[in-house]
Amino acid sequence: MSATTMGSGAIPGPAKDEKTSLALGRSRHRANVIVKTLCVAATLIGLVFLASILFTLLWRGIGGLSLAVFTTSTLPPGSNGGLLNAIVGSLIQTVLGAAIGTPIGLMVGTYLAEYAQNSTLGNAVRFVSDVLLSAPSILIGLFVYTLLVEPFDGFSGIAGCLALAVIVIPIVVRTTEDMLRLIPNTLREAVIGLGAPKWKMITLVCYRAAREGIATGVLLAIARVAGETAPLLFTSLGNLNWSVDLTKPMASLPVTIYQYAGSAFEDWVQLAWAGALLITFGVLAINIIARVVLRGGK
Amino acid sequence: MSQTTVQPQTESKSFGGVQARGSAILNKARIAISELDFFYGDNRALKGIKLDLPERQVTGMIGPSGCGKSTLLRVLNRMYDLYPGQHATGQAMMDGINIIDPKVDINALRSRIGMVFQKPTPFPMTIYENIAFGVKLHEKLSKSAMDERVEWSLSRAALWGEVKDRLNSSAMGLSGGQQQRLCIARTIAVRPEVILFDEPTSALDPISTLKIEELIDELKVDFTIAIVTHNMQQAARCADQVAFFYLGEMVECAPAAQIFTAPKEKRTQEYVTGRFG
Amino acid sequence: MFAGLARFSGIFVLILLGAIIVGLFLGGEAALRAFGPFFVADTEWDPVQQLFGGLVPIYGTLITSVLALTFAVPIAFGIAFYLTELAPQWARRPIGTAIELLAAVPSIIYGMWGFFVVVPLMAQYVQPWAIDTIGEMPVIGFLFQGPPFGTGILTASLILGIMIIPFIAATMRDVFETVPPVYKESAYGVGCTTWEVMRSIVIPYTRVSVVGGIMLGLGRALGETMAVTFVIGNTNRIATSLFGPGNTIASIVALEFPESEAHSLKLSSLLLLGFILFIISFIVLAISRALLRPRLKG
Repeated sequence: MSATTMGSGAIPGPAKDEKTSLALGRSRHRANVIVKTLCVAATLIGLVFLASILFTLLWRGIGGLSLAVFTTSTLPPGSNGGLLNAIVGSLIQTVLGAAIGTPIGLMVGTYLAEYAQNSTLGNAVRFVSDVLLSAPSILIGLFVYTLLVEPFDGFSGIAGCLALAVIVIPIVVRTTEDMLRLIPNTLREAVIGLGAPKWKMITLVCYRAAREGIATGVLLAIARVAGETAPLLFTSLGNLNWSVDLTKPMASLPVTIYQYAGSAFEDWVQLAWAGALLITFGVLAINIIARVVLRGGK
Repeated sequence: MSQTTVQPQTESKSFGGVQARGSAILNKARIAISELDFFYGDNRALKGIKLDLPERQVTGMIGPSGCGKSTLLRVLNRMYDLYPGQHATGQAMMDGINIIDPKVDINALRSRIGMVFQKPTPFPMTIYENIAFGVKLHEKLSKSAMDERVEWSLSRAALWGEVKDRLNSSAMGLSGGQQQRLCIARTIAVRPEVILFDEPTSALDPISTLKIEELIDELKVDFTIAIVTHNMQQAARCADQVAFFYLGEMVECAPAAQIFTAPKEKRTQEYVTGRFG
Repeated sequence: MFAGLARFSGIFVLILLGAIIVGLFLGGEAALRAFGPFFVADTEWDPVQQLFGGLVPIYGTLITSVLALTFAVPIAFGIAFYLTELAPQWARRPIGTAIELLAAVPSIIYGMWGFFVVVPLMAQYVQPWAIDTIGEMPVIGFLFQGPPFGTGILTASLILGIMIIPFIAATMRDVFETVPPVYKESAYGVGCTTWEVMRSIVIPYTRVSVVGGIMLGLGRALGETMAVTFVIGNTNRIATSLFGPGNTIASIVALEFPESEAHSLKLSSLLLLGFILFIISFIVLAISRALLRPRLKG
């Protein structure tokens, strides 16, 4: 081994070899370029998937969109039916589901952020809520089926609402807790310092400070359940006739799409694409609005 | 810094003579900076800097927070390249090459100009791997040569004795002062020509600080060193030459003894005597 | 009063989880009593003789989820790497949002897109090509044989993979961003390239959380219903080829449920499968959360 000297301190190892260093540098540079290219390619692949889905929806769906889609209920094949009952059914179940789930989720999120902090009960609730957030939605549907449909011998709109509410709860819990935690403690102390009780501090000040964030959570929850199909298969079932009776089976856009897309009738498949276009762009629009709301609040 | 603690020292004659180890004679420049401007977006953070880093000597950079001294270090090894919107103009010449030229191979440049940061930054691997990591980027060494290099750099960083029996344990288990010396060892293992220290002791206790300062004194035999510090005594103890920065300008640069005892500029005098900063 | 209500809401979430587990278990009890614990190892699914076993859908669930991960993880990593280190500043938000929107597209839309776009592509181009090339190879050849229907295990895995990309990519991006810049700078300081910083600093630092993010994706894939239902082929047989049809727990529940009488043994078997799926998902999601918890709160 040829030791080289540099000033007084002898540095072991061969002398710094410009050639090796350059060659190493070149191969390292090449590896870097290859990985960077692959990453750009991966991102492009992701974007291509999104573009392909949106393009397919527009291409297949736009031809089926007509006024009749919004004014006529589902009819037998070949009789120019629409999706009115499905759209109304989806609106009812989504809105009611969110209306039932949001207050519960809000209270749970408040409990976690303001009362429980790191208590054992609080950690257990937080853990369970996070698991429910990602739990398969089909199982929520099966659960509501065993709870409400089987014992009472009937599918119903209200069962669908409750299944969606169960899905809404953990989404609202997560955003509520996160947003309340962003509020600085100095603000809480200032309110308490004025002699306000804790519940007033939370309802009058904390909720207002976290308003945009909580609204974002509710919007995201609505967007999520509006497109849910699997849980409704076992609860509100679907209904080919006009019905707004919550104790009877109720139509919904995703379930109707599911039934129509798999059918052999061309006009039904066309309506399924029109419905798919509606629901996807509706859901994506709510998502984008939710982001704008959140950014406006910051 | 409070006025009362600093003033007696500036009056003390021993300041330049005993405490400052620096030489009054400066070597020729290893890096010659001139007309250097630096921008964060539209904000001009460095204005027409002119400064020589003398070879195998220590340049201390002092000045109040936000005066541009750390920014200058980050220009010298092109760390600002990581962040969009930051750019530099002017010259920083080293061996006839302008460091801030966009065509410069920055990975090779950084192997010649090493940097030690404010906070110790051990990588998430063993002590041995921490040292070998940087070496492997630029050189192909046999196992035994690498062993020697690791021992050499840890010894130069005054850490060998403390870690030689646990080279294969995680570097995260070391104390703060040891971690910082590990970072120094990691930097010198690559055999740079210049080492930049960005407030290397600000996160350390006084004893660790003293060790690092002694280390810098030993390292200047081999390396050209620039150190940014908030601590004027530290600059006096370590540096041969001291540059005072204020509001993005280099106000005054002179041998250490002179800056602290007979500064030419009024602003320098006010700063070293603790009137502001 | 308010505090009590908040606390009760928290407890309600725990009760909800308990009720889901108990509800599914009680629903599946009849099947468990009829077939015993060997239900999970039995490939039979014969409604005529009233014999039901769960091995085919359990196998299908696991194999499609694991294959989905092998597609999704490299692409998700590439996207996360691109978004945190490579993308120009102005592009980060729009591209990040586009990838997140991929997660917002309802699952049934993936099903339709898969059935009408991906399946024909697989049947016409990918599968015939693979059968002629990889299918002829020794050892692994049998995985790529059989008729090119376009549907089947591989197609389902591909669609599942696309669906979980945004979840894994978003988690990876978030954990990569928790690495303090000074660590990255000190690696750049010794002359590392971007890829070397990623490989040697960022990944080792975030290893545990990255695995947590992958587990989150796995948890999502296990219970995904509608997308799989469209393309899996719905067959209760274990195919040796990846092009062969199959079933997952979620798809068999969605497909067989409409043909099951209330209180029948078949329905009970489906509920038992639901219970098994819940337990698997719960374990995967619990591990994911435990791994993600230290770095990302929530």
